[in-house]
Amino acid sequence: MPCVKPDGTLEPMAQAIVRALRAPRTVEGVCEHLRLPLYRVRSTMRELCEAGLVAESDGVYGLTDSGRRRVEQMP
Amino acid sequence: MDAVTQSATAPAFPRLGQPAPPFQAETTHGTLRLEDFKGSWLILFSHPADFTPVCTTEFIEFAKIAPELRHRGVELLGLSIDSTYSHIAWVRNIEQHFKVTIPFPVIADLNKEVATLYGMIMPGESKTEASRCVFIIDPNQVVRAMIYYPLTTGRNMDEILRLIDALQTTDKHGVATPANWRPGDQVIIPPPKTIEAAAERTEMPGITCTDWYFAKKDLPK
Repeated sequence: MPCVKPDGTLEPMAQAIVRALRAPRTVEGVCEHLRLPLYRVRSTMRELCEAGLVAESDGVYGLTDSGRRRVEQMP
Repeated sequence: MDAVTQSATAPAFPRLGQPAPPFQAETTHGTLRLEDFKGSWLILFSHPADFTPVCTTEFIEFAKIAPELRHRGVELLGLSIDSTYSHIAWVRNIEQHFKVTIPFPVIADLNKEVATLYGMIMPGESKTEASRCVFIIDPNQVVRAMIYYPLTTGRNMDEILRLIDALQTTDKHGVATPANWRPGDQVIIPPPKTIEAAAERTEMPGITCTDWYFAKKDLPK
C-alpha cells in the first residue's frame, strides 16, 4: 500500500490528507482545502480507508480511532 | 485466417465514443485507477522509453502545457513499459538538466497490461515499447479522440490543446469545428437532417450560410 511506508509511517501526501480530515470532509472538500487534484485525493483516500485510518459515511470522510491516534503520533 | 476467426482473436482496442477500458496501475503518484479521474478530462499518453531524447522533449513540453490543461479541467497521465524507479530517476534527471518539474503521474507498465488494453504497442515498430499514443477521455470516461505517432516523431502540443478546446466547445455549444479551427473562430452548425430544416437554414438570420449544408456562426464571447 503506497500511502503507508514499510516502517508503518505515512507518505507525505497521506499525512497531509489525514491532517485535513481532523475535520470531516468530502473528497472535493479535501481537494479544495489542500489544492490537490481529484485523482490524487481519491486514490490516497481509498488506500487510507483500506488501511483502516479513514472511514466514509454518505460521501463524507473522517478519521477512525486508529486514524486519530496516527495523527496524534505524527510530528 | 477468415473474418470470423480474426474477430474472435483480435484484441478489443478502445473505440471513439465508447467507454475507456478501466485499469489499475502503479504510477509515480501511487496506485491509480481510471475511475480516480472521473469528473475530469484525461489525456492518457504513452512514450517508448525513459531516458530517450524524443520522449524527453515531449515530457518537457507536456509539463509546459500542464497549467493550461489544468485550467481547462484536464489531467495528464503518462505511460511507458518501464519501472517506477526508472520513471522517478528520469523525472529527477529532467528536473536537474532542464529545470522542468514533471507534475503529472506516469504509469510503470512493466507487464504491458495497460499498453495492451489500449493497443499502444505496434509490433511493426517495436514489440517491447509503446508507440506515441494519445487518448483523450472525457469526464464521463468515454474515449473522445485518439492520436498515434511513430517512435521517431515527437507530438505537437498545440494540436493537443487545440483538440481539447474543440471537444469542449462541441460539448458546450452543440457545434462542430472546421479544419484548423482555433478558439474565437467561427464554428460549424451541424447540417440539417430534413428538407424543411434545410430550407429554413438558408433563411436563418445571424449565421454565415454558404449553402443549406454549410453554415457557420460566431459563438458568444
